[in-house]
Amino acid sequence: MAKSTITPRSDLILFLGFTAVVLLMPLWLQPLGAAYPDLMQKFAIFGLFAIGFNILFGQTGYLSFGHAAFIGVGSYATVWVFKLMTMNVIPAMIFGVLVSGVFALVIGFVCLRRTGIYFSILTLALAQMSYNLAYSVLTPITNGETGLQLTTKDPRFLDAVMETGSGIPPTNVFGIEMSAWDGLFGFYFCAAFLILGFYISIRITRSSFGSMLRGIKTNQTRMMYTGLNTKPYKLAAFVISGMYAGLAGSLMAAVDPLAGAERMQWTASGEVVLMTILGGIGTLVGPVIGAAVIKYAENIFSAIDKSVLIDLFSFMPDAIGSGLAAVTSLFVGKGWHLTLGILFMLVVIYLPGGIMEGIERIKRRFFAKDHANNDA
Amino acid sequence: MDAIFLQILNGLDKGGAYALIALGLTLIFGTLGVVNFAHGALFMLGAFCAVTVNKVITLSAKVRDESVTFFEAYKDVPYLEMWLGDTGSLIIDWSIPISLVVAIPVMLGVGLAMERGLIRHFYKRPHADQILVTFGLAIVLQEIVKAFYGANPIPQTAPDFFSGTVNLGGLIGMDLTYPTWRLVYFIFSMGIIASVFSFLQFTTFGMVVRAGMADRETVQLLGINITKRFSVVFGLAAVVSGLAGLMYTPILPPDYHMGMDFLVLSFVVVVVGGMGSLPGAVAAGFLLGILQSLASMTEVKSIFPGIDQIIIYLIAMIVLLVRPRGLMGRKGVMED
Repeated sequence: MAKSTITPRSDLILFLGFTAVVLLMPLWLQPLGAAYPDLMQKFAIFGLFAIGFNILFGQTGYLSFGHAAFIGVGSYATVWVFKLMTMNVIPAMIFGVLVSGVFALVIGFVCLRRTGIYFSILTLALAQMSYNLAYSVLTPITNGETGLQLTTKDPRFLDAVMETGSGIPPTNVFGIEMSAWDGLFGFYFCAAFLILGFYISIRITRSSFGSMLRGIKTNQTRMMYTGLNTKPYKLAAFVISGMYAGLAGSLMAAVDPLAGAERMQWTASGEVVLMTILGGIGTLVGPVIGAAVIKYAENIFSAIDKSVLIDLFSFMPDAIGSGLAAVTSLFVGKGWHLTLGILFMLVVIYLPGGIMEGIERIKRRFFAKDHANNDA
Repeated sequence: MDAIFLQILNGLDKGGAYALIALGLTLIFGTLGVVNFAHGALFMLGAFCAVTVNKVITLSAKVRDESVTFFEAYKDVPYLEMWLGDTGSLIIDWSIPISLVVAIPVMLGVGLAMERGLIRHFYKRPHADQILVTFGLAIVLQEIVKAFYGANPIPQTAPDFFSGTVNLGGLIGMDLTYPTWRLVYFIFSMGIIASVFSFLQFTTFGMVVRAGMADRETVQLLGINITKRFSVVFGLAAVVSGLAGLMYTPILPPDYHMGMDFLVLSFVVVVVGGMGSLPGAVAAGFLLGILQSLASMTEVKSIFPGIDQIIIYLIAMIVLLVRPRGLMGRKGVMED
């Protein structure tokens, strides 16, 4: 983002550019080998999740370590609507987002009483608590370890009227199945929400509400001394951010109608922190880039196993090749999380602003060179 | 009545583990002002010290089993047993106490390396950055352990001498059978806590560290290299939490993510006890351990189903809402 020239016009260009890039994903991802619907849906869903997280962390500076809980709540609520009412995803998603919004309101009310590290720990603790509950007492609602799934015995009151045939009907939007158009419909459905979410996040960032949030990040005490009650603003940001996560959870359930407690685990919360940091905290597109990069890398790296590596190094002498394969196999396949952890540390240490800062730095270097040339 | 006492006893060992980790966390926070999300990983590394030592001393050779005569059968006999006979078996039996000796220098080294190599660069950065980088480090450490030891828990056994149960109720006419190793763990944790406190209270080194915690700048102006001492404190905290994990292995088979499970709870313990208060951390550790074990009684669970899963978090919420600084928190710690 250019710092000096933020105008409605530049925002419009940014938004249109973003929309174009997202909508054309199936084309430009082709050479990267990532143009299949499952993965692109993941890009969109996690992008949305990261945008929402960024509204809280990037704008107000409150680092939540329990954001995955909202994803879980959103998924469960959505799947329940599938089970009880209809397989049309629209009412289910509305319900999912609302439920996670209410959940965020409760959690935010408790957690926002504290700041800084206390806030992080509280959100972490509450999310772990929800996770534990989902696995134990709430089993009637969450179906415990198995996860919540659709069955043929579900009532589906609204669909029952016109239901024909047997088996579990697929999720659909007013009759168009999610898997329509070779699965691309599901992707475009998620992409539409991603674009909408991105638009809302631009509007929030540029609004006076957004500047209020950044004021809280910069100097909350000073905001309070001016006679402002910061609490409603923080709570609003928290709820909005929770609803984004709930929407992401709903979309997950919409493209694949099941919900499990593992989505709520704190490692999932850590992942979204990571995406946001990697992309660039507080920037508009950064979180989406971060989410896409991590999901893409996860997809590539975890597919590589030892035999692939041995093939890869087969041009070298046997001893060196197998040695290299053994070392690199630590970092790929099941060890992908190790790579992720190392990458995460490197980014926090050397590039706290993430990829966006990296781009900015490169840009600045080139411009600086131009200046030097002009002077000479 | 007996059941309640038994549950209190059961809570003591878990409380001991919480208290030890929380003590380390508070120590690091109080001296260096760093929030260490990798502290659970240190707990886990300690536990895997025990696993490693056990693996090393039970290195075995395949030997023909003479007791089976119908076919050729082989069994694994550890080298130590072959070379030293009964002494060898004794050493293997006592592998956990032996690994204590190994773990102390190892954990000290790990702690110092961590502080010098990484944490040192983060003193001036915001708390969020510290959380993030230690969080990344925790992932890295646990994935490395996973790569070497696999994802499954590896059960460890306590020495034969400490296996079985003791009846503690004999003196007061109650029936309190209690696993011996848990008792050992409780006494051990009390011992560690006592030695950490007396180290800080009664040695010159401890005095300087306490002075540094109170006012770092003044201590530096007096010409004392406080940074060096704080690094040692970090190493000490690593040792404390490593030993906590090591001794816990017979109670809970260690796996690579045990540290994270304990870390979340220990953070809650620190928050309940009051950030920056060492006695608070210890008291809250035992308190929450005991409450958790009381909540897992069937009688309690029949009234509040699932209370055992959430009791700790509930208490934390109540404490934070009623006493935002925690039970023994001081004014001005982490208020910004």
